[in-house]
Amino acid sequence: MEDIENIIQNYSKDPSQLISILHDTQAKYHYLPKEALETISDKLKIPLPDIYQVATFYKAFSLEPRGKYHVKVCLGTACHVRDSQRVLESVERHLGIKCNKKTKDGTFSLESVNCLGCCALGPVVVVNEDYHGNINPGKVEKIFKQYR
Amino acid sequence: MITIKVKNYQELEGLRTEIISNRDPKKPCVTICSGTGCLASGGEPVIKAFQEEIKKQNLEEKVDLKKTGCHGFCERGPLVVIYPEEICYVQVQPEDIPEIVSETIVNGKIVDRLLYKLDGEEFVHDYDIPFYKNQKRIIFEKNRKIDSKSIEDYIALGGYSALAKALQMTPEEVLEEVKKSNLRGRGGGGFPTGMKWESTRNAHGHPKYVIVNCDEGDPGTYANRSLMEGNPHSVLEGLIIGAYAIGSNQGYVYVREEYPLAVENVNIAIKKAREYGLLGENILGSGLDFDVKVFRGAGAFVSGESSALVRSLEGKVGEPIPKYIHMAEKGLYDKPTNLNNVESWANIPFIINNGSDWFNSIGSQNSKGTKVFSLVGKVKNTGLVEVPLGITLREIIYNIGGGIKEDKKFKAVQTGGPSGGVIPEKYIDRPVDFDELTKLGSMMGSGGMIVMDEDTCMVNIAKYFLNFLKDESCGKCVPCREGIRQMLKILTRICEGKGEEGDIETLENLSIVMQKVSLCALGTSAPNPVLTTIKYFREEYESHIKDKKCPAKECKDLIRYKITDECTGCGVCALKCPQEAISGEKKKLHVIDESKCIRCGICLDSCKFNAVVKE
Repeated sequence: MEDIENIIQNYSKDPSQLISILHDTQAKYHYLPKEALETISDKLKIPLPDIYQVATFYKAFSLEPRGKYHVKVCLGTACHVRDSQRVLESVERHLGIKCNKKTKDGTFSLESVNCLGCCALGPVVVVNEDYHGNINPGKVEKIFKQYR
Repeated sequence: MITIKVKNYQELEGLRTEIISNRDPKKPCVTICSGTGCLASGGEPVIKAFQEEIKKQNLEEKVDLKKTGCHGFCERGPLVVIYPEEICYVQVQPEDIPEIVSETIVNGKIVDRLLYKLDGEEFVHDYDIPFYKNQKRIIFEKNRKIDSKSIEDYIALGGYSALAKALQMTPEEVLEEVKKSNLRGRGGGGFPTGMKWESTRNAHGHPKYVIVNCDEGDPGTYANRSLMEGNPHSVLEGLIIGAYAIGSNQGYVYVREEYPLAVENVNIAIKKAREYGLLGENILGSGLDFDVKVFRGAGAFVSGESSALVRSLEGKVGEPIPKYIHMAEKGLYDKPTNLNNVESWANIPFIINNGSDWFNSIGSQNSKGTKVFSLVGKVKNTGLVEVPLGITLREIIYNIGGGIKEDKKFKAVQTGGPSGGVIPEKYIDRPVDFDELTKLGSMMGSGGMIVMDEDTCMVNIAKYFLNFLKDESCGKCVPCREGIRQMLKILTRICEGKGEEGDIETLENLSIVMQKVSLCALGTSAPNPVLTTIKYFREEYESHIKDKKCPAKECKDLIRYKITDECTGCGVCALKCPQEAISGEKKKLHVIDESKCIRCGICLDSCKFNAVVKE
């Protein structure tokens, strides 16, 4: 876990840096590997259960590897009143997986989120860093064509 | 331009003069909105196309290109405004760029097809468009004029002059001015900002901390995001002034995880401010030492609550603590801490520069100043709007928002996020301010204003918020954790057509318990969406429970799709149906097989002849 040690080196070993270190770890591996958490626990002198408590409390962190393309369907209020629930169901049908799951080939993982903050364009679907606005259930198929 | 530390007030003014004198006000400048909304609508390729076209036509020396913050009119993005004439083009696409450069920039002609049009009228300038014209833009005004990454742009427009003025006053005088302004917290509760500052200032213990809360978690609002992304210096300037008044040397900016551009831009802003000596030691020769750190949240709604936010800053789980422990005395690392919302901080430079009397001249009796609202949902002009407090809902929704999409019937507006409530049509002429919204059972919150039309089911909205809160409740106290779960169970049953007599009363009883004994505001306010929908739309609940009908035709279990005689037999719906539930011969009436239909509504969306109906 040399990479993790490098990440920790960028911060002081102050326990308050935990969330920042977890962010960088998540960015590097797209999830939080068990070994990484053990290394962080060791270096920052924070008990492992406390690290798990933080890692599972915040939604930005995942203990399972995410797909090559991580799909977020926004269910914020503005998206909700414009039918985002139906958009989510359409994405689930299209990818053949339920929310919070990953396709068997590891290409896509799907999650619903509570507001991405681009409410004027709802419903919004985000694939990795790409935002797709004004989506309706019929437009879902077209979005994913470019990622196949 | 070489950055030289500004050592005093005179040098700051000198710098400002120098920046302005190096600029030619007549030189064409293309500003492209680079807020997240416009970028999501394809703003990035537009920026690239401008860069390439300007290069291609050898205009690099003659034209400035500026990526600005959010302009607010997100519905019509990507937005481009060309200075000095302020010609506004909407929904600009990369293929439009060669024409814009050749015609408008080189020949000074307007490209008519890219102008905003309303009822047959064309609008050349953005300030004439009703969406902008009917607003009162103060804190949001500079967003569209400055490059979000340029401190020089901010300084050229008078930036940091309020800081210079404040540092020539005593901290007590600054505090007094903020108190007299009657500014109330823009993050939700509306607590007087000056009083909050005073408590932290008077609290025992050192060091003292000041924090910007940019953990904008209310679903349906993005005003803080746009301010933080577009004009981070305005927030920083307010923060430094606050630190001076309170007696703090260390500030934090807490940004939610979903806003990476805000993190990037505020980090750049801090770095630039340090280079110019506007952060760091002995700021402008005043003796004030102050610096700021940026912290990225990690996705937890409850962390926006002040006591939870400071726990999160300490690297811990962001759970709230009981309210009898005051942040002003025991906040971050148990030290006196003052936390304000992004928009509250951004108001401070204006109050210092223009005075509290000026601020008090805007707004209503007990709510002074302006407020930025995120006007979204079923309204024609979605976007960010800044209006004086006390303006009516009708003025916001109709004069600025342009009315309801597809001219449907307005039903209600939801404000205050999951802690707020819905306001029905009969109160549309009520003024919007802290007290009026509370009287109606809702609240100001951080400025979300989600417009709903006749197709929005109010029981489903209540269920939606409970479902949101179920995920976001930290689970520490029983009334909130279990209350939300039980209410959600009941609402889900009602939406599925399994509601029972007495359900409404049970919901009301659970609400009372949660309001009385939950640990933090998330729990005490969680029943608001349920209570306001029951209060104003009780008949909709009864219809679901007694008649097993959803009047808005939204609840899936209570509706069915049908093809009417309007069907031309074009076959599009049958082709699009994911369940292959639609059949029929070409050019003949099609039918839906009820047993296969999953009520996804794709047939209705795809029918061009309005032949598919819900009943």
